[in-house]
Amino acid sequence: MTAGACSRRDFLRASATASAGLTLAFWLEGCGREPVAGGAASAAGPDGRFAPNAFLQVDPRGGVTVIAKHLEMGQGAFTGLATLIAEEMDADWAKVRVVGAPADAAKYANLNWGGAQGTGGSDAMANSYEQMRKAGATARAMLVAAAAQVWDVPAAEITVERGIVKHAGKRLASSFGELVRVAATLPVPAEVTLKDPATFTLIGKDGLPRADLRDKVDGSARFTQDVALEGLLTAVVLHPPRFGGTARRVDAERARAVPGVLHVVEIPTGVAVVATGFWAAKRGRDALAVDWDLSRAEGRGTAALRDEFRALLARPGLPARRDGDAEAGLRGAARTVEATYEVPYLAHAAMEPMNCVVQLGRDRCELWYGAQSHTADQAAVAARLGLAPAQVTINTLYAGGSFGRRAAKGNDYVLEAVEVARAIGGSAPVKLVWTREDDMTAGNFRPMFVHAVRGGLDGAGKPVAWHHRVVGQSVLSDTPFEGFAVKDGIDGASVEGITNLAYAVPAVACELHTPKVGVPVQWWRSVGHTHTAFAVESFIDELAHAAGQDPVAYRQALLEGKPRHLAVLKLAAEKAGWGSRLPAGRARGVAVHESFDSVVAEVAEVSVAGGVPRVHRVVCAVDCGIAINPDVIRAQMEGGIAYGLSAALHGAVTLEDGVVQERNFDRYRCLRIDEMPQVEVHIVPSSAAPTGVGEPGLPPIAPAVCNALFALTGTRVRSLPIRLA
Amino acid sequence: MVTVTINGERQSLDVAPDTPLLWVLRDTLGLTGTKYGCGIGMCGACTVHLDGEPVRSCQLPVSAAEGKSVTTIEGLAPAGSHPVQQAWIAEQVPQCGYCQSGQIMAAAALLAKTPKPTDAQIDQAMAGNLCRCGTYQRIRRAIHRAAGQA
Repeated sequence: MTAGACSRRDFLRASATASAGLTLAFWLEGCGREPVAGGAASAAGPDGRFAPNAFLQVDPRGGVTVIAKHLEMGQGAFTGLATLIAEEMDADWAKVRVVGAPADAAKYANLNWGGAQGTGGSDAMANSYEQMRKAGATARAMLVAAAAQVWDVPAAEITVERGIVKHAGKRLASSFGELVRVAATLPVPAEVTLKDPATFTLIGKDGLPRADLRDKVDGSARFTQDVALEGLLTAVVLHPPRFGGTARRVDAERARAVPGVLHVVEIPTGVAVVATGFWAAKRGRDALAVDWDLSRAEGRGTAALRDEFRALLARPGLPARRDGDAEAGLRGAARTVEATYEVPYLAHAAMEPMNCVVQLGRDRCELWYGAQSHTADQAAVAARLGLAPAQVTINTLYAGGSFGRRAAKGNDYVLEAVEVARAIGGSAPVKLVWTREDDMTAGNFRPMFVHAVRGGLDGAGKPVAWHHRVVGQSVLSDTPFEGFAVKDGIDGASVEGITNLAYAVPAVACELHTPKVGVPVQWWRSVGHTHTAFAVESFIDELAHAAGQDPVAYRQALLEGKPRHLAVLKLAAEKAGWGSRLPAGRARGVAVHESFDSVVAEVAEVSVAGGVPRVHRVVCAVDCGIAINPDVIRAQMEGGIAYGLSAALHGAVTLEDGVVQERNFDRYRCLRIDEMPQVEVHIVPSSAAPTGVGEPGLPPIAPAVCNALFALTGTRVRSLPIRLA
Repeated sequence: MVTVTINGERQSLDVAPDTPLLWVLRDTLGLTGTKYGCGIGMCGACTVHLDGEPVRSCQLPVSAAEGKSVTTIEGLAPAGSHPVQQAWIAEQVPQCGYCQSGQIMAAAALLAKTPKPTDAQIDQAMAGNLCRCGTYQRIRRAIHRAAGQA
């Protein structure tokens, strides 16, 4: 018996009182069937369940379990995936529950990710829309076929409503549960017909409660930190004070003397203290004395880096876009406008600091955490341990937020947990817990960027040229993605939102400098759009002002041929009462931006008191294709606005001599309830395929607020976080 | 030995008296609904009730709870039936959910003292509880919904 097999049973026992979903993940994996492709597979699941494909199972009591291939990190993926399946099944929503899928790319790949399993880029619904509906429709067709067989009636005469299969003529009715035994014996159809969207009863409807709600209000939702395994130890790691440092000499005597501390081990990323619980591990870490070798560490501070970046702004960068002759356009313009925009490093600062539970066995490794890049993590862990990826099991738990952090491009916290487990010889399962300070100082920040933009206007105030130079680190550098995602030195994620500028400008040039800095960076909710929308939507506002035109009307005139932009802009402006009088001391600002195939416009209403900006109201209009769960979309817009506003008002990670200064929420301030504006979300009706909602609400908020502050004060805010003089 | 009543049950705890209550709840008693978020009392994820008052359990040595009564999210009400929890469901408050135990405990404590709080009173009572998902607007609505019932 391997340790892994043992751990599984222990975990089953330990989580017997937890959400049963976790335990389910194990037999799902254990049942070992391939996904349905062409109708050859059996639909018989374990324990008498009907399992027509990898995404759902129906138990004899009629409960429908959806196996979610996407991480639930707050964005509502569980609810969305389940809605698609339940819609096509005509299932009873009250009997639907959702569990996270284990790592298994053959079954659970993100269809936009070339065969890899993972969640990101706001595409959970976009890549699953047809796949999940087909999974649900397949189940429905087989349950109907089962009823037809049992009742000896034509399938065409059977209807399904809320988990009840009926034959009206013969007054027959069966629940899904009553039909699973027969349905499981039937062949899986190769082709199914999807519903006409006009007949949807769940998709697009309000009043569908989130699938992850109940256990998130009674404390029973299981996060990584809550995992219980027999003999589980807790590890806390002391990391070098600067990026790139290593331990030269470790004095662990006092740490080992702390009651409860069992191991002090050196790992590639620092020194780990392993103890019976968190507090002992933390006290042990506090007692460590480490002499660090910082000779190869990044020693620059953010002030020096910013100066270097600013110096680069004066020099031509690599061309990311060249349409027409922007320089000539600027030379011939009736007037020109120039502006520089700056944004700092940002931490993700999810409420749940990074963590991971690992158990090593002979020729296997089992992990429990809020996995976001299953396939990449699995490959990295396998490579580190000399295993095959299939020998690495990942059990997907809820993530207490991520905002991109858990899709760690270097798999940092996962590999660190594995290294700790290996360093103690695999003698016990290990829970790695990062303290808030570890989480804040570990890097993988949203990169610092500076932008220089020059615009030329004709005599009527219309832009004739737009020249945009960008300086900042690439979130893709030093990753496996670099080879195919970075083309001719251009990381598209650094300039997205500029290279596809929505406004009709005859000559556009975009240049990029990608300096190498030893501060690790990573995608952060809405990736490049976090800074490009700030620069573009601030600058278009500056051009509107220079042209003496209304910011909404000016944008509208330049958005011809962009119906989605125009629609959200019009809707947001209307609902916000754009142009109507406001009380003295208040002003509005607007921004519109496309990201992740969705378009969002926001109008912010602000005031300033004692030099402190206050955002009272934000009216948001979004076109995200068909609205699968309107309330989840509203929640994501509210959340994107809050997250972006938090960064706009407060967010900055600074380094002094290479040392991160903001180590916790005392200095890394985040938006609190008393700063939360009233947010109103309006969804543009659409029958197009669904597009992103997790990220697109964020990009417009900073420029909308800064444009409102300009309207109020006459002073432009060109550097974030906002600091009014 | 430290003796504390936790969710109505008297517990004699063989732990170092300076251990923060949070880690006694989580690691010793397995009451994992109370969350670690910052360890410095700045985020509120670890909020529990100490003799009915909301406290940051990461900042409270377990010895300070000696002879007192602690209520955690697990002990707030049977099966999530507290009016605040019901209002949280009605308003679809949680996103990632990690901060919500602390939010709910803070809201329940507010309503116990101030049955019908104003927006300003809600902001004041809840400003110590961070939510990075941005559920604040729904938290406000849910507290108003639960007002007068808690």
